[in-house]
Amino acid sequence: MRMREALVIAAAALTLGCAGARAESPDLGRVATPDEIAAWDISIDPSGATLPAGSGTARAGAAIFAAKCAGCHGEAGGGKPNDQLVGGSLTATPPVKTVGSYWPYATTLFDYIRRAMPFPESKSLTDEEVYALAAYVLAQNKIIGEDDVMDAKTLPQVKMPNRDGFVRFERGK
Amino acid sequence: MRRSRRQNIGQDIGSWPVAGNGLLDRRIFLAGGAALAAASAQAEPLEVASWSKAPGTGFPPYGQPSRFESKTARIFASAPGTTGTGAARTPLHLLDGMITPNGLHFERSHSGVPDIDPDAHKLLIHGLVKRPLIFTLEALARYPMESRITFLECAGNGQLLNARDPAQTTVQGLQGLLSCAEWTGVRLAVLLEEAGVDPRATWLLAEGADAAGMSRSVPLAKAMDDALIALYQNGERVRPSNGFPMRLLLPGFEGNMNVKWLRRIKLTDGPTMTKDETSKYTILERDGKALQFVFPMEAKSLITRPSPGLTMKGPGLYEISGLAWSGYGKVAKVEVSADGGKSFAEAALSAPVLSRALTRFRMPWRWDGGPAVLQSRTTDETGYVQPTRSELLARRGPSGLFHFNGIMSWSVAPSGELKHAYA
Repeated sequence: MRMREALVIAAAALTLGCAGARAESPDLGRVATPDEIAAWDISIDPSGATLPAGSGTARAGAAIFAAKCAGCHGEAGGGKPNDQLVGGSLTATPPVKTVGSYWPYATTLFDYIRRAMPFPESKSLTDEEVYALAAYVLAQNKIIGEDDVMDAKTLPQVKMPNRDGFVRFERGK
Repeated sequence: MRRSRRQNIGQDIGSWPVAGNGLLDRRIFLAGGAALAAASAQAEPLEVASWSKAPGTGFPPYGQPSRFESKTARIFASAPGTTGTGAARTPLHLLDGMITPNGLHFERSHSGVPDIDPDAHKLLIHGLVKRPLIFTLEALARYPMESRITFLECAGNGQLLNARDPAQTTVQGLQGLLSCAEWTGVRLAVLLEEAGVDPRATWLLAEGADAAGMSRSVPLAKAMDDALIALYQNGERVRPSNGFPMRLLLPGFEGNMNVKWLRRIKLTDGPTMTKDETSKYTILERDGKALQFVFPMEAKSLITRPSPGLTMKGPGLYEISGLAWSGYGKVAKVEVSADGGKSFAEAALSAPVLSRALTRFRMPWRWDGGPAVLQSRTTDETGYVQPTRSELLARRGPSGLFHFNGIMSWSVAPSGELKHAYA
């Protein structure tokens, strides 16, 4: 009896396999709800499709930067003791890579500030603060103006100076 | 048959040179005929040591290396004002074989090592899937497991070779962001198929649960091919410094893409362009353009013994030993030179030779006590030959930083001291 059941199950699995269903699999994942996912879905691609509501300007970001960022990134993002964010040039010797000279997408700025900064207490900034800081770093690099508002619509439209500076690697080329 | 061959080799050992400056046929050790330098015998009776006359210590719950091995340790540096944000390097010059002990596996962390409660950890798979799923560690531990013995190498390993003058440090300091382990876990393809991959999905974003939320985009093809959610490292649960309780394992791909403390996989229709795949792990070439998405680590090799810090004690027969690897497959051969690349001879490869694993090579060398420059050069199974340092620099310029796989040189002084050199 037991053997027969097993054969029936095996035959059914085979039929399903032929019909294109997936192979036998433990299937022990629990279906996630949209609310659960939202809290973790923090990545922002160049389309900006997952940017949150809110907005900020460089003017608003200046004070936040001075209080929470300048200790590592230097006054106005000039660098030291950690990464320089403003200025720099790829034609210097050695090249100085900053948000202004190297980063290809402004959306990355929002993504990274929100997930990883400020270093000692990451994920502590409000979305408004993140927009303001992104605007501040962009404005210090003279990519946008002091009063330009950065939000889910405007940030993906910012054209970074080194936007076309990257080549997809192919081995042997 | 064997005996006669051995006798033969024993007699003719000096007449088996295969390349300049004392390199000998790789079979002499295998044949067992190579006499190492005969030590001058002392006539003193052998001492019966104290540890042979009383019971030793008891059983520790978790074994540790001998207390005399305290120098076999990682060296590390952290970014200014931080601890644990930087890299700890494997002492390659003090190890042998192909596997790196877990406590010595290199570590590159972008915001320290999180102290993750495995019962509270979750893996979310979502984005372009039919049904988003959350997996606990307990659930994943019930899945069929597979193992891959594979190297991990930081994309920035060997970065010091970009410097104008050869940095004077050990192979650990120069190339220690390299390790190899047996990783065991669940095939990512199985979990993605359970979630149901949307035909529009071509990439995925992998994200860690660390404070930096380390995140990288990975082509879906790699995920469906040989990627693992690794739960075990050399037979025990993955170490915290290597991603406990789970990490992404992408055999052959640059270290940081093997996201540690993995908490989320989002299927997407393009790369997310995260900080680390745009502003960091890209290769700026001399024309001002940067190579992006340089995934597999190139074929590379280095001599671990002798190497700087391991001073040789007088002329005689030595075994040159080292490691070779390729992110594109198996090592096909390793050649060794003792004259700075003027002549090379093929080294013996120690079994097993596995795809995308470290491969140990060995080469007998009779050092005559004179100056020598030791090099190794590997060719992988695709036919790619490891370039010289100057060839690599001529092609990309001085600011590429990452994926530096040029040939390394150790210069040997008559004193037996070895130094990092450019040859």
